[in-house]
Amino acid sequence: MFLDLFYGLREEGVPLGIQEWQSFLAALEKGLHGSSLLRFYHLGRACLIKSETYFDAYDKVFARVFRGAEGAFGDDVTDEVMKWLEDPKNFPNLSPEELAELERLSSDELMQRFLETLAEQNERHDGGNRWVGTGGKSPFGHGGQHPTGIRVGGKSKSRSAMKVAEERHFKDYRTDATLDLRQTRVALRRLRQLTRTGLATELDLDETIDETCRNAGEIDLVFRPPRRNDVRLLLLMDVGGTMDPYYQPVSQLLTALHEERGLRDFQPYYFHNCIYDHVYSTARMYRNDAVPTADVLRRLDRRWKVLFVGDAAMHPAELMQPYGNIDPRRGIPTPGIDWLHRIANHFERTVWLNPEKQAYWGAETTRVIRKLFPMYHLSTDGIGEAVRALVAARS
Amino acid sequence: MTHRDDFLRFKGTSGYIASPALVDAVNCAIALERPLLLKGEPGTGKTVLARHVADGLGMPMLSWHIKSTTKAADGLYVYDTVQRLNDSRFGSGDVADIRKYIKLGPLGQAFAASERQVLLIDEVDKADLEFPNDLLLELDEMRFRIDETNEEIAASHRPVVLITSNNEKELPDAFLRRCIFYFIDFPEPPLMKRIIDVHHPNLDVTLLDQVLLKFYWLREQNELRKKPSTSELIDWISALLRAGVSMEKLESHIPFVGALLKKEQDVDALSEYDRRGGSYPKSWEDLGPRYQQ
Repeated sequence: MFLDLFYGLREEGVPLGIQEWQSFLAALEKGLHGSSLLRFYHLGRACLIKSETYFDAYDKVFARVFRGAEGAFGDDVTDEVMKWLEDPKNFPNLSPEELAELERLSSDELMQRFLETLAEQNERHDGGNRWVGTGGKSPFGHGGQHPTGIRVGGKSKSRSAMKVAEERHFKDYRTDATLDLRQTRVALRRLRQLTRTGLATELDLDETIDETCRNAGEIDLVFRPPRRNDVRLLLLMDVGGTMDPYYQPVSQLLTALHEERGLRDFQPYYFHNCIYDHVYSTARMYRNDAVPTADVLRRLDRRWKVLFVGDAAMHPAELMQPYGNIDPRRGIPTPGIDWLHRIANHFERTVWLNPEKQAYWGAETTRVIRKLFPMYHLSTDGIGEAVRALVAARS
Repeated sequence: MTHRDDFLRFKGTSGYIASPALVDAVNCAIALERPLLLKGEPGTGKTVLARHVADGLGMPMLSWHIKSTTKAADGLYVYDTVQRLNDSRFGSGDVADIRKYIKLGPLGQAFAASERQVLLIDEVDKADLEFPNDLLLELDEMRFRIDETNEEIAASHRPVVLITSNNEKELPDAFLRRCIFYFIDFPEPPLMKRIIDVHHPNLDVTLLDQVLLKFYWLREQNELRKKPSTSELIDWISALLRAGVSMEKLESHIPFVGALLKKEQDVDALSEYDRRGGSYPKSWEDLGPRYQQ
């Protein structure tokens, strides 16, 4: 029974090893849980879970193991819903009348009805026009034909699908680390510019002895700043939508970057398709995580190296036109291209990593962006080249 | 399974309101002799907790406040080369005795102490990314060697180590594996009432209710850049009490908002809300189901 908890947590992706498990058992042996299930619950959480981001997973597994019940449904889009929607089915074509009827729905109504429908949903549902499911006429679910439909998970069929709801619910990529990161790590090792800058706090013993001798024994202390890597990296990453197929290489890069401890500073921000007035501090891109792009530019000086990761493929309007943001609630007059220009002008070194092969860089927006930033393929070689471009001496 | 009870237990103190889960986590860390990692929003009382754990256990406390320039070795000891060079130049002090120039850091002092200590490593995430990893061995074995004198400092009483983090940086996995973890959630209104009672005893009940209503309403506004925290609430109540604000005024708007909101944009947003005649909550029902008691 206890082991169910252990394996259950590991299945949920909680990083949990023998060491944590042993300390949990040791705590139980000392009787720290008393006789109450609640204290047992807290004890397990303190010993086994090391980040509040896994509390949810813990609750879920704990409930399943110790009450035989599945964790309660939240009011958000949950994985279960995603699962229901996994395989799209072909569905009957809509009549022009029905299309016209559905066309009337505005984005906000869609969002509202989406949430209402989720609340009513209690079983998998295909077809029909009421419930969330795949292959139905309902505006919700994916693979649908609704003219202004909201897509819930799944692969996008059309690359420029407007009004996507799912990007708000993405998990941070890097929580699911993948294997074989070594090559990526090695390529990133080159992100080094060792300099002696900052406060002179390290005693330079050789110089001190030299100077003292030159001073005929009068002690003359010489200090120098410690040697350290001066590279500060700003990561701007496209998440969701057309980036989904590249989950694997992107998550590898992200994991390697987060493990790269040599950087002087590292700040990741996320965006969807193009950068506008806000970027997000998490890949979930909740409104709470929004950071004004102008603030980022003000805070980080020109010495920061900027690494974009994105496919640069989007609807041309998203890049070039005012109010081009794919998220209707975040429309602003400044087109995305202006923000990209500001970033290009603000920082000395900026590169763009594209997960697509160079042969497919033909999209209009890709060509525009390539003129602004040197673009490299997201492969071990491409990362190597991009890193060299970031740290090479100025030409 | 025999239950042993031979370790010290922390039960909370009159000055600190700890939830039962937190007390359990502290006791678990003490019993297993592992560091306790405390995470949570600023102002949830992470640092204060260490003080009260020390008081509750009747142990002396050492604190080590981490800054961006702090190195792990500083916590163990510092060899004061410059002082020694100076002394040799001016002939003062006993230069031959290198031990006089070894100064123990907070961690070193905790190990060397003759009685068990509470050691607070405050804001561990402020330091370099490698910092926690550099301390692994010392925290595991509770011993280290001073290279200059070839002396070994080993803890005769393993200190109770509390580590706080504001989540500014990821902590390395190897470090996390060794810690007991506790996340201090933001207090719910009933717990908050008890916390306020510690700082402002005998506060008028209707006033307290009104104050909390406004406070949690503000925290629910997702547009805020910086949500007010406990310490700001306590300051705000002090300001209200000192100025003697009437209940009517408190019901219709938020006086002394500067005590609660620290970002210019937030203050602007609220005065804009006032200007547009925005309404304030009248009862807890207005705040949604989470606050229905």
